[in-house]
Amino acid sequence: MFHYTVRRLLYAIPTLLLISLILFLLLDLAPGDPTAQLPLTIPPDVKERIRASLGLGEPIHIRYLLWLQQFFVNESLHLISELTGWDISGDRQRVISWQTRSPVVDIVIQRLPQTLWVVGLSYVVGIAIALPIGIISAYRQYSWFDQVGTFVSMVGFSVPTFFTGVLLIVIFSVHLGWLPSIYDTTHVVTDWNSFLFQIRQLLMPVFVLALFNAAQISRFMRASMLDNLNLDYVRTARSKGLAERAVILVHVLRNSMIPVVTVIALGVPSVFGGAIITEQIFKVNGLGQLLIIAIEASDIPMVQTLSFIFAILIVLFNLIADVIYGILDPRIRYD
Amino acid sequence: MRQFKGKAVQLPVSDPTLLEVTELETVFSTRDAQIFAVNSVSFDLKAGEVLGVVGESGSGKSVTMMSLLGLLPSPPARIRNGSVMFSGRELLNMKDAELRKIRGGRIGFIFQDPMTSLNPVFTVGFQLMEPLRRHLGMSRGAARKRAAELLDLVGIPDPAQRLREYPHQFSGGMRQRAMIAIALACEPKLLIADEPTTALDVTIQAQILELVRGLRQKLGMAIIWITHDLGVIAGIADRVMVMYGGQIVESAPVDELFGNPRHPYTKALLATVPSIRGDRADKLSSIEGITPTLTRRPAACAFKPRCRFAFDRCGIELPRRTGLGSGHDVACFLQDGQGATSNV
Repeated sequence: MFHYTVRRLLYAIPTLLLISLILFLLLDLAPGDPTAQLPLTIPPDVKERIRASLGLGEPIHIRYLLWLQQFFVNESLHLISELTGWDISGDRQRVISWQTRSPVVDIVIQRLPQTLWVVGLSYVVGIAIALPIGIISAYRQYSWFDQVGTFVSMVGFSVPTFFTGVLLIVIFSVHLGWLPSIYDTTHVVTDWNSFLFQIRQLLMPVFVLALFNAAQISRFMRASMLDNLNLDYVRTARSKGLAERAVILVHVLRNSMIPVVTVIALGVPSVFGGAIITEQIFKVNGLGQLLIIAIEASDIPMVQTLSFIFAILIVLFNLIADVIYGILDPRIRYD
Repeated sequence: MRQFKGKAVQLPVSDPTLLEVTELETVFSTRDAQIFAVNSVSFDLKAGEVLGVVGESGSGKSVTMMSLLGLLPSPPARIRNGSVMFSGRELLNMKDAELRKIRGGRIGFIFQDPMTSLNPVFTVGFQLMEPLRRHLGMSRGAARKRAAELLDLVGIPDPAQRLREYPHQFSGGMRQRAMIAIALACEPKLLIADEPTTALDVTIQAQILELVRGLRQKLGMAIIWITHDLGVIAGIADRVMVMYGGQIVESAPVDELFGNPRHPYTKALLATVPSIRGDRADKLSSIEGITPTLTRRPAACAFKPRCRFAFDRCGIELPRRTGLGSGHDVACFLQDGQGATSNV
């Protein structure tokens, strides 16, 4: 398993380099000008100098190699300096956002907690709801519980978050006035009341996303349980006189979790990617919103770096999913 | 092989009835139809006896045995009628918790396909220790020690190492041995073996058969051996029950059944066995026709459409099992003295 993991990590390097190149080329091909939003009173030659100062005058391969160096070498060195306190990065050029002129990675780190709180929490809540629903739905197939579960997941999966989000805001913020419609990221929890406020502002965005996640995962869980419930080994477990609970929650569940865990692990990168639409609706200034704004402003370094970080996470969690797969299923050995 | 728990069990000679099944009826209800899978099945089994159950696929052999211990999924299966007395206790209306103590504790099961009967994600040791811990309340250490003994008993070498392995690391024969070890873990009074050798190749079949025969000598348990292989039955059973269309059509001691079969179906079944003596047949003989679908409760002889000797009465009345003496009984009008001829 260890050798397999190391080998996969090494394979990831060319994969990621290729992804970064494709991202870079795509962004370069895309129309848009970082100076487009500057006031029209700025004369064209000044604009041209601004563009040159952003490095746009260089040929494409130079720009790509510079980005590679900035992201892989300079940012890494900077990170090590930050963590250890040694000054090894010097004044090396970091990846700088064209909008804010501050390092992209710093902005990402600022935005990360909001995204993890809202989107991460909703993912955890979604899984926590989905697994029991999936298990019970499968065990009591076609019961009223299963029928209701099927209906709710169909709704949760097919109604987009921009609809449920707005619907909830209209009901709970506009008409009832119970919950805030905007997620206040500057809110600090200091006492009981501020904690309650934090819960209240988390409620709607977390619910919207959790419903969507739970709908998907509970379907997977149910299907996977159903695949296993009628297999011979379940009959064997019963013939041994095991309690029904042990049969389902030990024998069937362990087998059913194998594909579901993979689905869950593969979904984690999308948590970091932020829920772009939901973050917009509830004004959560997380990573999804950061990406949208960067795209609108043609902030190429920001878009490039952010997309590339997502790519790293996707490759990483693919690997994690495979490793978990191997742990859960002894028939799969990678060495 | 080591002595089982150090005590020698005498083969019982004349024992009280261990299992008594009367008028068992099992129905499967689907949306479109009802399938009458088991119809008025009655039989009994003495302690230490080996009962062979033969019949084609779909004759209700497995369903009957599953019904005894509530192992059929319900719905769709439902036991409509009947009584199952095991060691003097009625199983059919027993509480689930009580029944579970008997399953695996007093009655062990072996299933047909050892490839799929073991859970692929748990070690053989874990699966073997489960009944020990549950029924005998053993500690983890004691269960592990006993599990190793059991693997040794069923002839698996290096048991301590094998306990840590997963089913996919076992060969088919080894897996069936492991299944037998699981079934025997709590020293059951009765072992129900549902076509345990069907999925194995012939040499392994013989090994498993020999193993079970040896274990029976050692442990003195009763066995119900379900199969469609008459050769296997001849080698292991004391008594044979022939099933057709969810009913028992003939039942007799093994020598009597092979020497003096009375039901046309039994005769046809025996005729399909290729003989190694005598003239070589040009082709394998078979019984013409297909097994009945059982969507109605049988009101006539189920074998009639395929029976060479059928006459009018077979189509309007259900033949009852009639004793012919020396433990031989048969459900056929040809045999009860009221049919056309009593000697076919």
